[in-house]
Amino acid sequence: MQEPTRRDDGVRRFVHHIKARDIEHGGSASAQIKRELREGGVSAADARRAGIVAFEGEMNLIVYSDRGGILEVDVYPDAIEILIEDDGPGIGDIDLALTPGYSTAPDWATELGFGAGMGLPNMQRTSDGFEIHSHMGQGTRVRCRIERSEDDSTGIGQGT
Amino acid sequence: MRLDDVATLVEADVLAGAGRGELVIDRAYAVDLLSDVLALTDERTTLITGNVSPQVIRVAEILNVIAIVFVRGKRPAPSIAARAEQLGIPLLSTKKTMFETCGLLYGNGVRPCKNRPVETME
Repeated sequence: MQEPTRRDDGVRRFVHHIKARDIEHGGSASAQIKRELREGGVSAADARRAGIVAFEGEMNLIVYSDRGGILEVDVYPDAIEILIEDDGPGIGDIDLALTPGYSTAPDWATELGFGAGMGLPNMQRTSDGFEIHSHMGQGTRVRCRIERSEDDSTGIGQGT
Repeated sequence: MRLDDVATLVEADVLAGAGRGELVIDRAYAVDLLSDVLALTDERTTLITGNVSPQVIRVAEILNVIAIVFVRGKRPAPSIAARAEQLGIPLLSTKKTMFETCGLLYGNGVRPCKNRPVETME
């Protein structure tokens, strides 16, 4: 478990280093982030969206990256920004990777219930802002922005 | 319907949340692929699945899933049940298939959760 840090400008930041193939802990960082966002006053709906984006990114690092990567979440007063970054192998065809249903997941990931080809598309449509940059042999960087709702009136579920 | 009625109906063992029998189960989503759960479910849904990976309970926590029914006799590891207990998410395990479980619940008033269909998915 890693504690949130605070940047010099006061923005709350959560940084998790995700190991490649660490399926046993897969999703635990994102569940922790979602929990801490709620505890920090983020609405249920916003925390849920951030949790979904973080989870998809975390599992992508576990399933696809060569050496793992970083899951970083910054909490601004008006938005939540989520950065997922690795140093390889990179995505050959980004448009294809963003196509719902397309997947290059290995069998072991599919057998565990992943690799439905929904990860990146789901991150994209769950976010208000979505950027992806990837170069073969260099790595992939995905940045997602979630605009925070003004109140919790749209909160979904149990409010936790 | 109530959680304890669901357990009786599908002849399930209660693995976590035994004290939450009055919980109202009115919507459900049935799937084994967790990616689909993350992409498609909405609101206070009950998850019906044969997936007992450690990720199940983490996805449930992130999505505010209110209960999980494991089908085909699947049982998650004790650590998952313990985590569910901490989170207050009841876990049921039935030997019935997913199809039969869904049919029984639907026949007793449980309805599909709202979802967000993928526009470009065939």
